[in-house]
Amino acid sequence: MKILVCIKQVPDSAQIRVHPVTNTIMRQGVPTIINPYDLFSLEEALKIRDKFGGEVTVLTMGPPMASEALRKALAIGADRAILLTDRSFAGSDTLATTYALSQAIRKIEKVYGDQDIVFAGKQTIDGDTAQVGPGVAKRLNILQLTYVSKIESCDPEKREIILERRAEGGVQVLKTKLPCLITMLEGSNEVRRGTIDDSLRAARAQIVTWSAKDAEIADLTKCGLKGSPTIVKKVFAPTPRTDRAKLIEPGKTAGDTAEAMIGAIFARSASLEEDMTKLASGF
Amino acid sequence: MSEAPAPQPASRAAAKKELPEHFRGYKHVWVFIEQERGEVHPVSWELLGAGRKLADKLGVQLCGAVFGAPGEATRAAVAEAFRHGADVAYLVEDPILADYRNESYSKALTQLVNAHKPEILLLGATTLGRDLAGSVATTLLTGLTADCTELAVDADGSLAATRPTFGGSLLCTIYTLNYRPQMATVRPRQMPMPPRDAARVGQVIPFKADLNEDEIITKILKFIPDRDSTKSNLAFADVVVAGGLGLQSAENFQLVRNLASVLGAEFGGSRPLVQKGWIGSDRQIGQTGKTIRPKLYIAAGISGAIQHRVGVEGADMILAINTDKNAPIFDFAHLGVVTDAIRLLPALTEAFRKRLSPHNRDRLAG
Amino acid sequence: MIEEKFDAIVIGAGMAGNAAAYTMASRGLKVLQLERGEYPGSKNVQGGILYADMLEKIIPNFREEAPLERHLVEQRFWMMTDRSHTGLQYRSDDFNEESPNRYTIIRSQFDRWFNKEAQAKGTIVIAETTVTQLVSDAYGKVIGVATDRRGGTIFADVVVIAEGVNGLLGSRAGLRETPKADHVALAVKEMHFLPRETIDARFNLHGDEGVVIEAAGTISKGMTGMGFIYTNKESISVGMGCLVSDFAGTTETPYGLLEAFKKHPSVAPLLEGSEVKEYAAHLIPEGGYKTIPELFGDGWVVVGDAAQLNNAIHREGSNLAMTSGRFAGEAIFQLKTRREPMTKQNLALYKKLLDESFVMKDLKKYKDMPALLHTQAKNYFLAYPKLMSNAMENFLRVDGTPKIDKEKASIRAFVKERNWTGLFGDAVRLARAWR
Ligand SMILES: Cc1cc2nc3c(=O)[nH]c(=O)nc-3n(C[C@H](O)[C@H](O)[C@H](O)COP(=O)(O)OP(=O)(O)OC[C@H]3O[C@@H](n4cnc5c(N)ncnc54)[C@H](O)[C@@H]3O)c2cc1C
Ligand SMILES: Cc1cc2nc3c(=O)[nH]c(=O)nc-3n(C[C@H](O)[C@H](O)[C@H](O)COP(=O)(O)OP(=O)(O)OC[C@H]3O[C@@H](n4cnc5c(N)ncnc54)[C@H](O)[C@@H]3O)c2cc1C
Ligand SMILES: Nc1ncnc2c1ncn2[C@@H]1O[C@H](COP(=O)(O)O)[C@@H](O)[C@H]1O
Repeated sequence: MKILVCIKQVPDSAQIRVHPVTNTIMRQGVPTIINPYDLFSLEEALKIRDKFGGEVTVLTMGPPMASEALRKALAIGADRAILLTDRSFAGSDTLATTYALSQAIRKIEKVYGDQDIVFAGKQTIDGDTAQVGPGVAKRLNILQLTYVSKIESCDPEKREIILERRAEGGVQVLKTKLPCLITMLEGSNEVRRGTIDDSLRAARAQIVTWSAKDAEIADLTKCGLKGSPTIVKKVFAPTPRTDRAKLIEPGKTAGDTAEAMIGAIFARSASLEEDMTKLASGF
Repeated sequence: MSEAPAPQPASRAAAKKELPEHFRGYKHVWVFIEQERGEVHPVSWELLGAGRKLADKLGVQLCGAVFGAPGEATRAAVAEAFRHGADVAYLVEDPILADYRNESYSKALTQLVNAHKPEILLLGATTLGRDLAGSVATTLLTGLTADCTELAVDADGSLAATRPTFGGSLLCTIYTLNYRPQMATVRPRQMPMPPRDAARVGQVIPFKADLNEDEIITKILKFIPDRDSTKSNLAFADVVVAGGLGLQSAENFQLVRNLASVLGAEFGGSRPLVQKGWIGSDRQIGQTGKTIRPKLYIAAGISGAIQHRVGVEGADMILAINTDKNAPIFDFAHLGVVTDAIRLLPALTEAFRKRLSPHNRDRLAG
Repeated sequence: MIEEKFDAIVIGAGMAGNAAAYTMASRGLKVLQLERGEYPGSKNVQGGILYADMLEKIIPNFREEAPLERHLVEQRFWMMTDRSHTGLQYRSDDFNEESPNRYTIIRSQFDRWFNKEAQAKGTIVIAETTVTQLVSDAYGKVIGVATDRRGGTIFADVVVIAEGVNGLLGSRAGLRETPKADHVALAVKEMHFLPRETIDARFNLHGDEGVVIEAAGTISKGMTGMGFIYTNKESISVGMGCLVSDFAGTTETPYGLLEAFKKHPSVAPLLEGSEVKEYAAHLIPEGGYKTIPELFGDGWVVVGDAAQLNNAIHREGSNLAMTSGRFAGEAIFQLKTRREPMTKQNLALYKKLLDESFVMKDLKKYKDMPALLHTQAKNYFLAYPKLMSNAMENFLRVDGTPKIDKEKASIRAFVKERNWTGLFGDAVRLARAWR
């Protein structure tokens, strides 16, 4: 089985800071990580490879430093890493991103053979759109299975795959054909730590780096800013509310405080008492 | 977004509206009415509420796109769409659409859009909506803005879609100026539920999608519905009690459960509690958890980080209990008490138990 | 099972480990470096002064690339009471030189850069990997390491232990004792973010100029400890460190002391309006010369904080770490080129290089200081600052009392607090330790 995993390097958002004066993101020194959701997809890809043999290729589009994320993916156990990087990709929205990624995947298929499954993360923690996976599937014209919680079986001979997909009111059990694009639900597996061998291999690996030209992306008007239908006009900080909470003075005992609180709640909204009384008695 | 959407290059913000000729006929505001197994997801009604405002401002119609198997449930969804504000319902009935599958739904929706040309298309940011929106927008080669917290129409009639970025630390406003339809998704409970007018009716426009089961590769073997007992109903609860790291231990979190149980409320918590395993992930409130809009939200030992805040700001009343008078939660709570939640919660539970007893109910009724 | 064998394995990617790895790799040795943090620097804490000299000896042109914050033009020492400070301030335009001598740095960024340089020279670095054990042969010679990843032992001719102060490997392998509570200080530190212009204005700075404030006195509540304030480009590092043993039997917490320090009337205005990000705690070895363990053995050397090579008095650590790392690397390189085995006897060369350098000379000079400060903590950190403050206040307040009486009153106060012999003894002891 040949499996491709799209990963993205994202700032570790726990450590992002917004400049208090200029409202811009202060990226200096903010560490980057592999988008956490992508790891569940990577793990699932490795599991399939371990079972059926084959190879796992990781692909990312991003600045040169995104190669760090690829190296990490190699250390976890991926076989090959490809970095798609080019000035002309700057400012891509999801539509332009899916164009570049899908073109690169076509090129990967030319060089390394057809891919049976493409994995993407459920969503990223920075863009947070969950659009790139479905978009890539559409552009490659392959089947799309998002929010997959479990891959029940996979038959490379019959080119058939059975899996569970999270839907709003329950879980769908679906049977479909390869090739397809899958995004895994978080927590659907336990991401492995690579071995020492993997780490050594990753530290020494050559990351294949492709420009738009290398990836045979001919139509640059579909890339970057030019290829992005969405336009970000304004970035701003949420407006602080001017009225702070009305503070209730704590009483002598916790009981007094509780009484004062209930008083304050129902003073603010009289109708709430009736609603809550009903709710409390199980209406 | 590949290059994370930081402060944008000037060229991008300066882009001009030059709507190509073939898009000029795109009109009306559409909401995709999401139905699964005969039940409409409430987010669809919330979207009709938001869509109504946009349509009125633009002076166009509000339309619902209702998909499903032929039958009662689908017709009922149409009727409900009118009651929640739709003027027109596009009805796409087909046995193939009985269950959601990306192939059939994205084909049908793409066909419908190409035939009837909406200028704005809104979907819920649910697993279904996100799956569908991403495919359709890519097929139509148009812009799609995810998880919007605010939708507005500019003076020139463009959709201004505002969404959080960078883990909620910033907001950005996004336009799709030169392509149609302008697509956006909105998370459940982000927009208020519009009033329901039982007498309201509208125009039904049937649409026959070109679908063929033999061409659809993915087959549904089974649907395992969630067992209701374990599923939290957090997003739709009227009263929610939540705890944060300030409770200091999983044992103390029981105090939150106790209060919730006396109130008949749902309970939830901040993200660190999920990470620590004190509560399940379906109980997480906030940007990466559930958005809630209860009548009363009680937050005990929660600092009120921006990612938490965006999930609770729609509550009618927020009551915060925190030992730190400078905790950010007091910036957006309505009522606050600076005290130890671990000591207060049992007393509060007891006081509520007395106050809300059936005896009192009789008093209220009489 | 890893087939290949490295010339050297370096454990840790802090200052000492990076210096050792860089030194060896740039001379052509095959070096593997293991770091338990998510990336080199991710776990490292430092108030943040870099001494240029010692880095120059390793990477002469480091100023062109390294992530440096500000070069220091001013140093302040504050002796603090609860409401005042008596200060000594030295500022000189001479520090605005071509190649400044001291810089503030942010360790997480700096270590990352330093490690990248070592990688560029050929060091293979594996992060997120904790060395769990030194592996020895039947004769007790260290021949490699085991880690928390699957895949068995990795072999090398020599292992450089650069695991920092609270590293467990050395003590677990019986190479050194676990640092005692009165030989390590616990430092807590916060980063306060402010716009650059605000920092410039508050500290009277231009361009990349920076200031350091070191403070002692009642802020440590009678314990052996110090507060510090360092200016970075867009942030201020504020911290407080005290001997770990001193906390025993008190209700004080390191964080509580830092909170009080930040609220001190002399400090609060400097931090006002800042946004606090990053809270960190870290140990600093403070035992000095007398606590230095065995530095080398069959197949191993130990460098940096792991070797207690830290000058608490001058708040120097990273320079000793870098220098010891460099000497270890040089010694190993020399042995390698002479094709000599990494025996204990041969590795003594590392100790010889250290002994001949400022490292051991400085540490010897201050060898009595840690113990002295510790036993006399009450006087040095509580009594004297108060007396000093009272004397200053007496001197400055104009209230009609003749100056001569004021002076007498001040001296009387000193003597009352600490009788003549005590005072004399303190002075002599301090002078001796310093010499
Ligand atoms: C990308 C991203 C997404 C995120 N998504 C979410 C999300 O969806 N939801 C979410 O909640 N968080 C989210 N977070 C995490 C968020 O940033 C905060 O870290 C988190 O909300 C803090 O949780 P907390 O308030 O429980 O803990 P803390 O911030 O540690 O606050 C604890 C509070 O309890 C108070 N306290 C302590 N003791 C007591 C006591 N005895 N009685 C009363 N008060 C006491 C303290 O004063 C403090 O204010 C996200 C973060 C990132 C980076
Ligand atoms: C608050 C504070 C302020 C300071 N201020 C200054 C100052 O201004 N100037 C100055 O010169 N010095 C200062 N120091 C001291 C200085 O930081 C240290 O002396 C220096 O960092 C020591 O370097 P090191 O490489 O020996 O140890 P460290 O920098 O601690 O590095 C050890 C590394 O080894 C890794 N490691 C540990 N165990 C393992 C294992 N088993 N497997 C793999 N990896 C492992 C750790 O993750 C770490 O990266 C300060 C220290 C503190 C705490
Ligand atoms: N620049 C990129 N390079 C590779 N994969 C990406 C990129 N951007 C997004 N993806 C993939 O698409 C998923 C969803 O991203 P998003 O739509 O941004 O939430 C991610 O989890 C990745 O798997």
